Amino acid sequence: MTDTAVNSAMPPDYLHDGHTLRSWLLSTDHKRIALLFVFSITVFFFIGAVAIGIIRLELLTPAGDLVSDDTYNKLFTIHGIVMVWFFLIPSIPATFGNFLLPLMIGAKDLAFPRINLLSWYLYIGGAAFTVATLIAGGVDTGWTFYTPYSTMFSNTAVLTAAMGVFVVGFSSVLTGVNFIATTHMLRAPGMTWFRLPLFVWSMYATSIVMVLATPVLAMTLLLIMAERWLDLPIFDASRGGDPLLFQHLFWFYSHPAVYIMILPGMGVVSEIIACFARRRLFGYSFMVYALVAIAVIGFFVWGHHMFVSGQSPYANMVFSFLSFMVAVPSAIKVFNWTATLYRGSITFEAPMLYAFGFLGLFTIGGLTGLFLATVPIDIHVTDTYFVVAHFHYIMVGGTVSAFFGGLHFWWPKITGKLYPESWARLAAILMFFGFNLTFFPQFVMGYLGMPRRYHAYPPEFQVYHVLSTSGAAVLGVAYILPLFYLIWSLRYGAAAGMNPWRAKGLEWQALSPPPRDNFLSPPVVGEPYDYHPQEGPDAEGDAA
Amino acid sequence: MSDAFLRPPFENLQRQHQAVAFGMWIFLVSEVLLFAGLFAGYTVYRDLYPQGFLAAGRQTDIVFGTVNTAILMTSSLTMAVAGRASRAGFGQMARRLLIATFTLGALFLVLKGLEYREDIQRHLVPGAGFALAQRGAQIFFSYYWIMTGVHAVHVTAGLIAVMRLIVVSRRNVGWLAGSASEDATALYWHLVDVIWIVLYPLLYLVGRANG
Amino acid sequence: MTDFRLSLPEASLNAHDVDIAFLSVFAIAAAIFIFLFILLVIFAVRYRRGSRAPRGPLPKLFRRELEIGWTLATIFLAIFIFWWFVGGYGLPPRDAPGQLEIHVVAKQWMWKTQHPNGAREIDALHIPVNTQIRLVMTSQDVIHSFYVPAFRLKQDVLPVRSTELVFTPAETGTFELFCAEYCGTQHSHMTGEIVVMTAPAYAAWLGKQPHGDTLVQQGEALYAKYGCGACHAPASHVHAPKLAGIYGSIVVLQTGAQLADDAYLRKSILRPRDDIVAGYAPIMPSYGRFASPADVDALLAYIKSLPTQGTQR
Repeated sequence: MTDTAVNSAMPPDYLHDGHTLRSWLLSTDHKRIALLFVFSITVFFFIGAVAIGIIRLELLTPAGDLVSDDTYNKLFTIHGIVMVWFFLIPSIPATFGNFLLPLMIGAKDLAFPRINLLSWYLYIGGAAFTVATLIAGGVDTGWTFYTPYSTMFSNTAVLTAAMGVFVVGFSSVLTGVNFIATTHMLRAPGMTWFRLPLFVWSMYATSIVMVLATPVLAMTLLLIMAERWLDLPIFDASRGGDPLLFQHLFWFYSHPAVYIMILPGMGVVSEIIACFARRRLFGYSFMVYALVAIAVIGFFVWGHHMFVSGQSPYANMVFSFLSFMVAVPSAIKVFNWTATLYRGSITFEAPMLYAFGFLGLFTIGGLTGLFLATVPIDIHVTDTYFVVAHFHYIMVGGTVSAFFGGLHFWWPKITGKLYPESWARLAAILMFFGFNLTFFPQFVMGYLGMPRRYHAYPPEFQVYHVLSTSGAAVLGVAYILPLFYLIWSLRYGAAAGMNPWRAKGLEWQALSPPPRDNFLSPPVVGEPYDYHPQEGPDAEGDAA
Repeated sequence: MSDAFLRPPFENLQRQHQAVAFGMWIFLVSEVLLFAGLFAGYTVYRDLYPQGFLAAGRQTDIVFGTVNTAILMTSSLTMAVAGRASRAGFGQMARRLLIATFTLGALFLVLKGLEYREDIQRHLVPGAGFALAQRGAQIFFSYYWIMTGVHAVHVTAGLIAVMRLIVVSRRNVGWLAGSASEDATALYWHLVDVIWIVLYPLLYLVGRANG
Repeated sequence: MTDFRLSLPEASLNAHDVDIAFLSVFAIAAAIFIFLFILLVIFAVRYRRGSRAPRGPLPKLFRRELEIGWTLATIFLAIFIFWWFVGGYGLPPRDAPGQLEIHVVAKQWMWKTQHPNGAREIDALHIPVNTQIRLVMTSQDVIHSFYVPAFRLKQDVLPVRSTELVFTPAETGTFELFCAEYCGTQHSHMTGEIVVMTAPAYAAWLGKQPHGDTLVQQGEALYAKYGCGACHAPASHVHAPKLAGIYGSIVVLQTGAQLADDAYLRKSILRPRDDIVAGYAPIMPSYGRFASPADVDALLAYIKSLPTQGTQR
């Protein structure tokens, strides 16, 4: 690898290709749009974090004495809405996906650059409604918008909040359409389907779920808004409607939405583990099949959210069985990541620490999913802190760890600068321990009967809540640290060079940061994760 | 000629056309699922309240419904022929057919508006003072209003897209053949038509068997 | 922070099964987790960069067999857990002789329970131990969920429709009742007590409760006092709508159809001339001056209790 000679004819990198505000806000460059998303979701991440910070403080004492019950309900609702739709769902796809998908397949941009920009504006449109909801005093339905509470009883800004989620859904759909078309149409010569990096496969699987599931949520929210606004009887039991139909429609989206959140994390972690273990991914094709299987089976398990809702016990059986089946491909992925380490040459930079964190936390999240798929156990622990802990292990332990891992891994590519390694390792370790301290006690109190969404609670649970809140404080520090050292690195960080990790994806063949059209000369496509010879006597790979 | 229509990131016009059509197909799948949520609810309630749905189905205006079905199907025909015409080099003819498509689509909306006015006059809006007593009839009409309303929004979006084709091709009818926009618009327009063909029996023919 | 909870009593016949299932799945999950954790640690140490461990590629056959092996193992394990702990769970249980049926009404934010003899409780439920209990539950407003951790049981409570919970308490004592489905402002205060007593103690407790005056009986007395039957009784010569089965039906008014719900019936007692049923004369006087809100509640309860005479509900 020789450094490309810098000459005056070289195009400016994407960060310096225009300096006006207009050149950012009207840019169709996937890399700039990715940064627009990074900025927006960071803002919403901290809005959601402030909401949960107040909640954790409130829960230090059993009596609801810090904020009123109404405020508490609005806080957990806004935490849920913001974190799910304005942080987690766009978190990896709209940022790393946007930035890296064209780079990884050797394309100049996404297939529909202007639609990509439209996706960001739709996000901002939805975000505006959400901010308006906050200004209007908030909404107290929970992120699930369960009817009849949301349609007939809540006196808060339900319409505005639902409208925000409705609008941001179209942003997801358009991103999904764009990714699918790009993956089909713009792969560089030689980039066959089974040479795609797993991150691209994860984006592809995620996009399919986005395109198929999100419209159902949009329609369901439209029905909720129509019912509340025009007094239609669709879900009103006293006029013949069925509130359970709402739950079915809602979870038909919202369970696959879990996979929209976690599949990209799996993609990121696959890239990181292969790179820092200097090893081909174990069972590449099985990893691909597992991703697709999770996306497909994920559409048929929504009923496990409704074991106590009053649906038929036979339906419970079916959904329970399918939920066990979706555990299989997830387990296969964990085994493959672990096996990838075998005979590797492992180093422990910050991205790898995050990936290890992901492995441990996602495994706990996945294994506790077995409890929830088991109907008798679920009946006891559903709507308790056990469920809260379970999905935070997946979404925060899994997705957010992967997000930070990816952020550090690709930071040199995105900004052209190296981040300070020891600070980053400190943050990664803090995040892991803070996370476990926050959420592990919630499994215990959940099994002991602590219901979720409780503003005041029996005093015997206080110890667990105090542990959880102290963990949240550690977690808070771990989230704020990167904000400082990453911004610091923008100015003072060492220049990264094209490929500081000696990684193998096509994105590392572009300059850091890449120019507008990504590649100066067509990238050379080879086998994926070609970190060591596949067969033959040369055993050491490039570890020597 | 072909380079004028090429947009980054594509390097080959044929590939670009394929991508636009493919992307539109993916989007249409998403649109189908948007309506699928409504069809699922309709099916559930029709099963719960067969009598109410039959009685309510008889109250929709079958004349408006049928005429509108014919209009929309004809507009799909003119749209399809327009595509053929522009590819065969008959740009002006294609443009006239697009104008016909637009006119038919607009006529559909006008008739739909007249039908809505009649529905309101006959107290077919769910809520206090609803005309029918059968259980489930109000739910049928909730779905009637939402399904036709969402469909009308789609027709309007389609009309805007067709209007764009007409306006942009005003100076240069060759644009229709070269750009992928006409294909994409046609695909969208046909979907709007297909959805109506599903709505028509659900909303107008239900309850009208045996005279 | 004087005491904190480390365990839950197994206070129903079902609770023990749930705990066994939980511990079994926990054992399986812990075994998998520890196995993976040890592997991760071993690999991370042995294959750190610069270690002397051998690094050759794996034979292809080995790679595929390992992959197929753990795929099949996971599938079998998943099917096993399903078959062992889930299969058949939650199907309607057989009614035991001597079953006690108790009605539960949930509303924002309280639990109202009613025993077979009419005794009522609020945010509390006394039941005898070792007797099968059938709770028939409905909600007056939003969705609630009846959750007793000590019984390991939870069931959502829905408006209009009724859901059931059948269980047998196995231990005497006082256990907490939570609302587990978010139901609005004071959700976390929608709690109560389940008091499981020995059978004789329950009988004694029940005997002391004022159960003669159920709401329905009060309503019946008011119905007679105000002379409602003079017009509304089936045998009356006055042309007035019949009340049996009217609740929940559709009434055709002169202005259109109307569901006869609580609000409608209440309004019809207090301001009868507002909504005139088609085909009837506006002859009923307003009872707003005589009947207190509690009286109207009682009258409504009585009207609802009238046999429905084949009216579809």
